[in-house]
Amino acid sequence: MIFGTGIIKGMLVTLKAFLASYFKGPHEGGIFTVEYPEKRLAEKERFRNFPFLLYDQTPENLRCVACDICAKECPPKCIYIVRDFDKEGRPLKRPAIFDIDFTVCMNCGICEEACPFDAIFMDHEFEIAGPDRQNKMLYHRDDLLKSNEYFNKIRPTDAGAIDARRREAEEKKKAAAAQAVKAKTTQPQPEPPKT
Amino acid sequence: MAGFLPDWVLVIKSVLISIAAIAFLGPVTMMYLTLLERKVVGRMQNRIGPNRVGKWGLLQPLADGVKMLTKEDIVPTPADPIAHFLAPILIVVPALLVFAVIPFGRGMTAVDLNVGLLFFIAISSTTTLAIFMASWGSRNKFSLLGGMRSVAQMVSYEVPMVLSVVPVILITGSLSTNDIVLAQGGWGGLKWFIFTPWGLLAFIIFYLCGVAECNRSPFDLPEAESEIVAGFHTEYSGMKFALFYMAEFMNSFTISALAATLFLGGWQGPVLPSWLWFFMKTYVLIFIMIWFRGTLPRFRVDQLMNLAWKFLLPLTLINIFVAGFWYFAPNTIVRVLMSAGVLSLSFWGLQKLNQGYAPEKRVYQFGD
Repeated sequence: MIFGTGIIKGMLVTLKAFLASYFKGPHEGGIFTVEYPEKRLAEKERFRNFPFLLYDQTPENLRCVACDICAKECPPKCIYIVRDFDKEGRPLKRPAIFDIDFTVCMNCGICEEACPFDAIFMDHEFEIAGPDRQNKMLYHRDDLLKSNEYFNKIRPTDAGAIDARRREAEEKKKAAAAQAVKAKTTQPQPEPPKT
Repeated sequence: MAGFLPDWVLVIKSVLISIAAIAFLGPVTMMYLTLLERKVVGRMQNRIGPNRVGKWGLLQPLADGVKMLTKEDIVPTPADPIAHFLAPILIVVPALLVFAVIPFGRGMTAVDLNVGLLFFIAISSTTTLAIFMASWGSRNKFSLLGGMRSVAQMVSYEVPMVLSVVPVILITGSLSTNDIVLAQGGWGGLKWFIFTPWGLLAFIIFYLCGVAECNRSPFDLPEAESEIVAGFHTEYSGMKFALFYMAEFMNSFTISALAATLFLGGWQGPVLPSWLWFFMKTYVLIFIMIWFRGTLPRFRVDQLMNLAWKFLLPLTLINIFVAGFWYFAPNTIVRVLMSAGVLSLSFWGLQKLNQGYAPEKRVYQFGD
C-alpha cells in the first residue's frame, strides 16, 4: 500500500459525482434535485398537510356535524368548534364556527382518523406561508371548505373507497327503509277476535 | 509612442497600468473563484450550486459583495481596536503584492525581479503575521487557538515548500520567475519540469505545502469550524471578514499560478497563446484544490505536523541531491531511471518509517 492511494480512491468518487452531474440523468447518479418553484415533483397520494373540511355538491352541504370529536382528539388543540342553532334554539347538525390554527397544527392527521362522518381530511396544500401569523394563519370555516371533487382529485384511492362505502351505506339504509315501509303495508292485519 | 512622450511619463504609465491590472485582476479573480468553488463542490455533492442571481449564478459574487458591504461591522469590546482593524487590511496586502512577480504570459510579468521567487516566498509568508494579529487582536479563545494553529502550520509547511523549490533553482540557476519559465521552453514548449522524476516529486510536495499555506481543506485547521468556531476570523463580520476570504482565495490563485510557473512550464505550450496556457494550467490546479476540499476530511494536528516534518521534509532533502545528480549526470535514460529509483526507494522507506505500529488483531486484556 503506497501513501495516497486511499486519497486517490476518494477523489475518484467525487470526480465521478462531478462528471455524473453533467452527463447522467437523475436516476443514473446525476443530480436528482428539482429546482422547486419552477419545477416540482409529482405529489405522492399519501402526502398529508393541514386538514380541510369536505362538502358534497354545494358549500352549504358540508359533512361536518359539529360533533367536536376531532377537536377533542387533536393533540395540540388547534381546532375550535361551536355548534350552530336554529331560531328556536334547537341544535343543528352543522358548525357555526370551525377554526383551525395552522400555526399550532402539526399535520398529524388524527382528526381525519377520528372523524366518524368523513368530514375532515388532510390536504396536499403546503404553500401557505405568509407574513401575518395572528390573522392569516387562523383558518375559518369558509377558508377550510373544499369540494369532494377536489378530494377525489388529490387522493383518488382514499376518496373512491370512502365514496363507495358511503354509497353502499346509503343504499342499505334506503333498502332498509323500503323494507320497513313494505313490512308496514303488507303486515297482516290482526284478525278481529271471534266472538 | 515612445518617441512622443518623455521617458518618465512612460515609466509612470507602465507602472499605473500594471497596478490597475493587478488591483482589478486580484479581487475579480477572488470573486469568481468563490463562485467556481461553490459550483464545483456543489456538483461533487450532487447539488447544482448557486444559479439564481444572473445566468448560471454569474452575478452571485456581486450579490455577495453587496451583502458583505452592507453588513454590520462588529468589533468586540475587549478587542484590541488597532490590531483588530489592521489585520484584515494587512492580510490582503501580501496576497496582492505577490501578483507582481507572476508571469501571466510571454512578457506579461508586472515586475521581472531577478529574485522573483524569493520575493514571492518572503512576501507570502508574512500572511502568518496578519493572521496572528487578527487572532490576538480579537481577544477570543477560539481566535487565539486558530491563530496558534495557523502559525504552527505555516512555519512547518514553509520549510518543505521552500526546499521543494530548490531543485528548480538548482537546474535553472535563476530566481527570476521569467527565467524559470524560459528554461522549460524546449520540446516545442513541453519540456516542463514536472516530466522529470525530481520535478514530479517537488511539484507534489510544493502543491501540498501550498494548499497548507493558504489554509485550505484538508489543511484548514486554523479555521476548523467544527472545532474552533471559525478560528482566527471568529470575531470578524462584514467587509473585514470578506477581506480574509479575499486574501485566502487570492493566495490559492497565486500558489496555483506559482506551481504552474515552476513545474508546469508557466506560459509555455504549443499552439495556443501563452496567457491562455498559463490560465489553463492555473485553473486546473485551482480545480484540484477545490476537488481536495470536496473530498478530504480535515487533518488532525499531529497528522499535519508528522506529514510536514517526518515525511515531506526528508523527501525534499533527498530530492535536492537527486536534482544535483541530474544536473551533472549525462543526458541519458540511465539518469532518469536512477533518479526515479532513488526517489521511489526513499518514498517507500519513509513511508515504512512513518507507519505507526498497528497490531494485526486487537488483543483484549479482559474480553473474549
